Amino acid sequence: MSFVVDFFVGMWDALPPLVQYLTTVLSKVLLVTIVVILVVAFSTYFERKVIGSMQGRVGPNRVGPLGLGQPFADVIKLLIKEVVVPSKSNRFLFVIAPLLTLVPALAAWAVIPMNDWFVIADINAGLLYVLALTSLGVYGVILAGWATNSKYAFLGAMRSAAQIVAYEIAMGFALVGVLMAGGSLNLGDIVRAQAGGFTQWFLLPLFPLFLVYWISGVAETNRAPFDVAEGESEIVAGFHVEYSGVAFALFFLAEYANMVLISGLTAIFFLGGWASPFEGIEFLQPFGDIAFVGWIVSGGFPWLFIKIAFFMYTFFWLRATFPRYRYDQIMRLGWKVFIPITIIWIAVEAVMAWMHVGPWSGLTI
Amino acid sequence: MSQFISYIKTFTLWELLKGLSVTQRNFFRKSVTLEYPDEKTPQSPRFRGLHALRRYPNGEERCIACKLCEAVCPALAITIESNVSDDGTRRTSRYDIDLFKCIYCGFCEEACPVDAIVETRIHEYHMEAPGENIMTKDKLLAIGDKYDTMISADKAADAKYR
Repeated sequence: MSFVVDFFVGMWDALPPLVQYLTTVLSKVLLVTIVVILVVAFSTYFERKVIGSMQGRVGPNRVGPLGLGQPFADVIKLLIKEVVVPSKSNRFLFVIAPLLTLVPALAAWAVIPMNDWFVIADINAGLLYVLALTSLGVYGVILAGWATNSKYAFLGAMRSAAQIVAYEIAMGFALVGVLMAGGSLNLGDIVRAQAGGFTQWFLLPLFPLFLVYWISGVAETNRAPFDVAEGESEIVAGFHVEYSGVAFALFFLAEYANMVLISGLTAIFFLGGWASPFEGIEFLQPFGDIAFVGWIVSGGFPWLFIKIAFFMYTFFWLRATFPRYRYDQIMRLGWKVFIPITIIWIAVEAVMAWMHVGPWSGLTI
Repeated sequence: MSQFISYIKTFTLWELLKGLSVTQRNFFRKSVTLEYPDEKTPQSPRFRGLHALRRYPNGEERCIACKLCEAVCPALAITIESNVSDDGTRRTSRYDIDLFKCIYCGFCEEACPVDAIVETRIHEYHMEAPGENIMTKDKLLAIGDKYDTMISADKAADAKYR
């Protein structure tokens, strides 16, 4: 067997460095994209099951064992359907808007560290990149609402724009707190700053910021109870009212990819990303090297996955529990509650760091 | 003081957590879904579904064309024509029920002096072509013959309450 391996290793070494580099990066991108899309597909199934259980129903159970084939059936249905372009719409913008929402949602995954070594782009401005891309998604929503040339879609787009602008600020301020605690803009370094068990996670010292970030994240993805941009009981389907078939599927994919992204970011910023909660416990450390189960102690991708799954569950849980916020209440919550809270907590954090108390005693300002 | 408590409740998300706990409790509760084509709910013997015309045990039609059902029908779904049959009895030559007009109130069944027209427990039926909604006398008699045991059992079960 070894000569086959040698053959392929030789082939690989013979390739020019640029080709080697491109192949590695492209295969990483492909891997992450496929995994994200699969997670998105099954989170739609997961959502319907969770909300079904909470409402005393069973959820999808007809396609395949336990209904696990449901996401694929949905995808095939959407792909076969016709994309209807309204005659008075702006055709170019109408077609490009779904892409504009989906691409940032997928591109942001480039800087998300999956474990200690796997990240597509280990850039130092990772946090800024994520902030930039998550706010880019709103352009797709606004363009979709405007290009459709429908009152409902336009209302949805305007609501979504105002809401995302409001919550973006609170989100940014919450991340300033994370930045101060982590001492870096690199997401991998932020996770490494939380190493050493769950007492070291930013969840405890930054708890108000965690809540603000998470709720802003729910608002940012236009999910219930902040789904006024869609608001099916008021404005039909909001910005994507005229979209059908593949175009609608792209919006759907983007929404869920954004949800997974926000879940992943919350896990990375506040729950220590891939880090294990048992890291600080002395007598458990020798078990960290055991194959297949060692990650429970030493950390790794499964922990990130578990944390993302928990936050996805919370998304669905919130949706099953709360009625939709009124529009003025959303604005009040964003501008008059969240932004003051974040500013106050950043000030508290700065004072604590300056006085050398709490988890930032090592931080120099 | 009460305002202070309300502030505490707001910032600890107290009411929201209460709501979340309700949904979480329901999450673990058994679902009440009945998976219809596989499972079915029990039916009452008084269930009012598809109509049928019954016969006496010797094979003679019960219906005597008194037209009480036609008169009582609030939806005017029943059409009856009568003549004298070969053995000299009064019989229907035509007995049509339009299922699109019928509201399944069961008045025809109540009005019938000889228990000829009945509503059975059959509720899973469909029409494939225009005109199939008209249940003719032959079709009604055929249903009565086919489901005779079920109809007789239902009538017997309900008899003591009338």
